[in-house]
Amino acid sequence: MKINFLMKKRLYFLAIFLVLVVISIGSMSMTQFSIAKCFASIPKAIQWGFGNFYPAGDSFARLPEILLKLQETLLISIAAASVAAIFALFFALMGSRITKVNNFLATLSRFIANVFRNIDVSIWALVLLFSFGQSSLTGYFALFVASFGFLTRAFMETIDEVGSDTAEALRATGANYFSIVFQAIIPMSVSQLISWVLFMIETNIRAATLVGILTGSGIGFLFDLYYKKMDYHASSLVVLSLVVSILLIEQISNYVRRAML
Amino acid sequence: MAVDNQARSTLINGGGPSFQKERIKLRLMSKSRLAIRLTMLALAILTVVGFLTFDYRDVHLLKGIMSTFANFKTIFAQPQLAHFSLSEAIYQLLVTLSLGVLTTLIGAIIALFLGIFAAENLSNKKVSNVIKGFVALIRAVPTVLWVLIFAVSAGLGSVAAVIGMSFHSISYLTKAYSESFEELDAGTIEALEGCGASWWQIVCQAVLPSSLTSLISWTFIRFEINFGVSVAMGAAAGAGGIGYDMFMDSAFYYNLHEMGVITYLILVVAMLLEFMSLKIKNKVRS
Amino acid sequence: MKTLLQFKNVSKHYDKKTVALSDVSFSVNEGELVSIIGPSGAGKSTLLRCINRLIDATSGEIIFEDKDVLQIKNKSKMRALRTKIGMIFQNYNLVERLSVFENVLHGRLGYKSALVGALGFYSEEEKQQAIKILQSLGLDEQIYKRCDQLSGGQKQRVGIARALIQEPRVLLADEPIASLDPSSSKVIMDQLKKICSTLGITVLVNLHQLDVALNYSDRVIGISKGRVVYDGDPASLTDDHIQQIYGSDREALNLVVREPKEVAQKI
Repeated sequence: MKINFLMKKRLYFLAIFLVLVVISIGSMSMTQFSIAKCFASIPKAIQWGFGNFYPAGDSFARLPEILLKLQETLLISIAAASVAAIFALFFALMGSRITKVNNFLATLSRFIANVFRNIDVSIWALVLLFSFGQSSLTGYFALFVASFGFLTRAFMETIDEVGSDTAEALRATGANYFSIVFQAIIPMSVSQLISWVLFMIETNIRAATLVGILTGSGIGFLFDLYYKKMDYHASSLVVLSLVVSILLIEQISNYVRRAML
Repeated sequence: MAVDNQARSTLINGGGPSFQKERIKLRLMSKSRLAIRLTMLALAILTVVGFLTFDYRDVHLLKGIMSTFANFKTIFAQPQLAHFSLSEAIYQLLVTLSLGVLTTLIGAIIALFLGIFAAENLSNKKVSNVIKGFVALIRAVPTVLWVLIFAVSAGLGSVAAVIGMSFHSISYLTKAYSESFEELDAGTIEALEGCGASWWQIVCQAVLPSSLTSLISWTFIRFEINFGVSVAMGAAAGAGGIGYDMFMDSAFYYNLHEMGVITYLILVVAMLLEFMSLKIKNKVRS
Repeated sequence: MKTLLQFKNVSKHYDKKTVALSDVSFSVNEGELVSIIGPSGAGKSTLLRCINRLIDATSGEIIFEDKDVLQIKNKSKMRALRTKIGMIFQNYNLVERLSVFENVLHGRLGYKSALVGALGFYSEEEKQQAIKILQSLGLDEQIYKRCDQLSGGQKQRVGIARALIQEPRVLLADEPIASLDPSSSKVIMDQLKKICSTLGITVLVNLHQLDVALNYSDRVIGISKGRVVYDGDPASLTDDHIQQIYGSDREALNLVVREPKEVAQKI
């Protein structure tokens, strides 16, 4: 009996393992990915990286230019997340099972947030390119739309998690809808909501690089420019400045999160 | 009734020294309130500064928004293929999905080992901190840059894309896995140590089985993310698949109708993945 | 004594299969302290929540102050009803990040317009009232503390203060001591008794601790599987009744009945 049980468990895991192997082999042939080439290219890439991919010489002369674009990218990321948060809060309140006004609006706002979240930021960027061209606004709106979708879902879950007990208590005192929202739901969840916004800003900075490459704006554009000119010293300086700013923002966010508790 | 009311009002209104003459404050300013206010203020100021300094390049905001809505209408209401057939589009979608599968699997395997050593209760603090710091550093570089950096030596294509995308998967999953391991009850590990089990035995017999469900759940969430990433890498970093078609439609053919079809295809897959990962998440929770 | 609250054949079905209350009838007099006892899942919480319409009963009549609360359709009338009914909860349901003072004043929100309530403006009289109530509950030192820094017993007293500042006619207490240690439980039950006897506020309290119910209440209503199986004097509650309320499940009986006896001894 016992041996049988262990046997069955092993067979089960073996079956899952085999399925995964089949899926990976299928995926490799679909994408024409070869393990041999992969293993060969990693040491080559490392070697190349140490040989070429570091800031040196006249690349530092480009630093003011890089910092200017970096500042723009940071501001776009922050503005997109902040403004999206306002819209997201509204939609989250409509969509949350605790604070919904009626079922129709709840389903509608959940549906809108779902569509916006499930379309990748790169696609939004490509679509917005048609109307805003190579301006900062393309990047801003692409990040805004993606942030809005993500934050609405995150806010909704936060409100559902923290709000139900206190909302019930205030409803029992006869408080009206706006009192419940502003006196119970918001005070209860505000630190978590801000924490999500900070997380969104971090995500946006990384996504802004991608959007910049696609739409020719911001820091992504600058990287692409140097990269295509094979000016690897300068492009490595772009990467370095991005890494420093992302780590810095992570530190600030963590500090703020602790202070808000 | 009258007596009751009187008694009630004695408690509520009557007697007792008056607390304060001037306006009574509702609360005292605390550090956390201050932090929340300052953060919100800082974000508001930075947003305004951003709007004032953006490089608008003569784009008319209102006109742009109006034309965006018109474009949305074209995309969602009039999707139509032009440069390739539906079966080709689905084939490219599968290529994108395959990229996601490969990076998730590679990421999961490497992250499993890193995650074990990054969990403070299984490893020592020093090793854990080194791995966690390393992983945070990897995550600080955007995925597209990893792909492009690898593309210099490996050439644009699936190899560079898979390696570059795996970096973030490893980083994300290592963090998630190690946190799942750290949630494990310290008593379980202690009990097995008391039985004389070796470290590897503890990991294989206690740690992995008890956190298996949460590992699977995290892996699937990452797969969901990786699908989006591989669409983006197709568009921006030559990884192929449906993202590349999208990029061609946007940058060269200016064909919104075809972008509509692609958007719908991506939306369907993404929602399907989200639905599946929600199912898995619920299963893990119960 | 005047009847304040009356249940007439009240039923609540969540869907066709799950029945929370079936054909419940009883009445409560002004100034009584009534305990509702029964095993968990018997429908005690649903019963209380039907009174202030946090849950809508499926059928029957609930007469409060000579009016059927189930007939109230108008939103502002519903709010007016709720201001007359205070409620305290097992998990206190406070806004933990706000001060004790703000939480108590939340009890006044039912009297305010949307804008004034949303902004949290309170008059000086209301603040004075809140301070006096907090003083009477022994919480005057905690006024500006954040609620997440309080002990369970203190949190429940804040909950009571929030209900009292509503100036209610009836106080509903849903398992008020289920999350508390014995000594805090005693403090809370003593307060409820005091509120009932000195302020004349009718108290309906859900309890699963049988002995606490017997010690404190004027009347006991026993509920099992959504039905009233006992309604009367605590003194005349017999072992047979207890068997009927808590069922024949020996284990459940041990858990539910024996433990409160120990608690009562400690009190």
